[in-house]
Amino acid sequence: MTVTIRTLNELLQPSHLPAHPLATQEYFVNMGPQHPISHGSLRLVLRLDGETVKEVIPVPGFVHRGVEKMCESLTPRQIVPYTDRLDYLSAFMNNWAITRVVETAAGIESNERIETIRTLMSELQRIQSHALWWGVTGMDLGAFTAFLYGFREREVISEIFEETVGARLTMNYIQPGGVMYDIHPNFVKRVKDVMAYMKPIIDEYDTLLSGNVILQERCRNIGILSPEKAIALGCTGPVLRASGVPYDLRKMENYGVYNKVDFNVVVGAVGDCWDRYYVRMQEMRESIRIVEQLIDSIPEGPTMTLRYNLPIEMPEGTYYSQVETARGVFGAFLVAEGKSEKPYPLHFRSPNYNNLWSVTALAPGWRVADIIAILSSLDLVIPDIDR
Amino acid sequence: MNSAPHIIQIALGAASSWQVKTVSERAADALSSNIWESIAYMAVALAAVGLLITFLGLSLIYVERKLAAHFQCRLGPMRVGPHGIFQTLADTIKLLVKEDIIPQEADKPMHLLAPFLCLAVPVLILGVVPYSPMTQIADVNIGVLFVTAVGGFGVMGILLGGWSSNNKWSMLGAMRAGAQIISYEVSATLALLVVVLFAGTMSLAGIVESQQQGWWIWRAHGVGIVAFIVYVIASTAEINRTPFDIPEGESELTAGFHTEYSGLRFSFFFLAEFINMFVVAALTSTLFLGGWMPFHIGEWEAFNGVMDLVPPGVWFVGKSSFIIFVIMWFRWTFPRLRVDQLMHLEWKVLLPIGLINLLAAALLVLRHLYFFPAA
Repeated sequence: MTVTIRTLNELLQPSHLPAHPLATQEYFVNMGPQHPISHGSLRLVLRLDGETVKEVIPVPGFVHRGVEKMCESLTPRQIVPYTDRLDYLSAFMNNWAITRVVETAAGIESNERIETIRTLMSELQRIQSHALWWGVTGMDLGAFTAFLYGFREREVISEIFEETVGARLTMNYIQPGGVMYDIHPNFVKRVKDVMAYMKPIIDEYDTLLSGNVILQERCRNIGILSPEKAIALGCTGPVLRASGVPYDLRKMENYGVYNKVDFNVVVGAVGDCWDRYYVRMQEMRESIRIVEQLIDSIPEGPTMTLRYNLPIEMPEGTYYSQVETARGVFGAFLVAEGKSEKPYPLHFRSPNYNNLWSVTALAPGWRVADIIAILSSLDLVIPDIDR
Repeated sequence: MNSAPHIIQIALGAASSWQVKTVSERAADALSSNIWESIAYMAVALAAVGLLITFLGLSLIYVERKLAAHFQCRLGPMRVGPHGIFQTLADTIKLLVKEDIIPQEADKPMHLLAPFLCLAVPVLILGVVPYSPMTQIADVNIGVLFVTAVGGFGVMGILLGGWSSNNKWSMLGAMRAGAQIISYEVSATLALLVVVLFAGTMSLAGIVESQQQGWWIWRAHGVGIVAFIVYVIASTAEINRTPFDIPEGESELTAGFHTEYSGLRFSFFFLAEFINMFVVAALTSTLFLGGWMPFHIGEWEAFNGVMDLVPPGVWFVGKSSFIIFVIMWFRWTFPRLRVDQLMHLEWKVLLPIGLINLLAAALLVLRHLYFFPAA
């Protein structure tokens, strides 16, 4: 198999010059890095013919901070807060991914209480992340009111996190050997209240936006991703599941206490923007089910099995572990030398990077406005792409 | 001024004829005797329009922000003055003192001209709207035609602004606006023609007076309400409001045709949008909801007399405010359509409905098949 690598300069040449002075000509526009749709700093170069998109060339790298390189000089406990800054809407799950790989490598045992708390926090954050995504999608499609509704629910869940974790965005909570702090005495009651509040709220989301004929027109049969293509592109999470592939690490990897709860893997039928939209709506409902099953029976026990002042010794070898974040599979690949507790090297497999490239397969042939719908249905977080 | 007898007449419910003596007529009458009096009338008219625009700009922007805030479970402007009523004033001052940036590659004269063209359109239309029996600057005898012609001119400013900015996104926005405004004008005009058929006149004051026995929205046996709906949809599209704000397309084109404008010139586009909204509301209420005409039902003298107790100006403001509220409600509820869906809606849905509706209206007028036909 041969791979042709073309530089950006080569990509930015028009495919043909107009044969006649009156013939139409292709042109390029930069969507980003400063564009409302990029939700951060993502540059997409569009090759357009009128309003029809011929090609999308993603140019990531505007928030590249060299996180993986920095991690080579950090101990596992120091790496955890760096993972918060990748996909900041799935901070708990990212923490968990690095924690899992370190725990596998060093053979650290955790207990039922720790795993339950980790699962609860992750599922709460999945609801929070999807609620925010719903709002942002509404805004991208022109319904600005949805944006503030999404933020309203995000705030309610952020307050739960704030009480236990002390942080609202960069959690640094799930640590090798346990969790940073025990849950707050109010946690159980508050979570129950919020879950009771959230259930009708998701129906309200449906009333406000999902059933709207304009949203349906904008999403149905737009940007269809076939299951084969989705797998070939390495898409994961709701993007892959919307294409009809029931791939969910919560069922397959059997981590946390997911094997003890009853929940469904939501899959789509067509793989269009609407399926990606509705898979997330249903996932919020499923996450509420998971939280409700766990919240009444958090087992007793210590929340940290390791002493903080002891180094974590990882024997020589290569280790990989992954979790299902709100956007897909987040994996951490770690090579341990056995000499120090610092990894050599560490690589993150981030869901957004692969999901981003699916836009190159999805976009051609659609209009500029459809690119907006496709991009917001992919639910990208840019720092996770660039790392 | 012969306003006092009018008010008495209205209060008594005995008003059988409504006389309009507009400022332009007064100026024309005075022209033969005293030219200064004529000029004074014109100055009064200019000042009145200027004041109206200032008031509309300040109040509508404030109302929009407050309404949006309450739709979105928040408070909106609260700091500048009680409940933030001076927020728009503060923002206006900010816009006035901002640097006016013209892109280096822009076509300078056209770039400077575009915002003025955009604002000129609603200002011209404001001059012919009958606000109350006593208040109208010029009663043009071809009022509806004038409104359509001047309204169609508005697309020039948007096209020019997008073209002269020399920015691909602005250009896209301007081209979208061109296609959209010209398309939807067809439907809007067809809906206007329905009312012209029923009223038998094109003068806006004449159309209001023709609704003395009932507003055209209900007097015309369903045809009126169809025309009303078509007109509201088409004119929402004409003034680029959500769900038809495709030329601006915040999340797609950043700001569409006015991306490259700043300071005062941006505020002209912004102001034009809000004045346009008022113009649409005023025209809708004039044509379909009776303008300043109170809610009358045929010859029910007692009922009409009670309705006449509310002054005509209040009726006009109330109806216009209602339409403005509906248009704002659209904006804070609906997502945005795509360009081709927009064109589909116009050419394949609204236009056939409008045409059939016009035909039906013609038949109804011919056979006098509407409530309280004129003898």
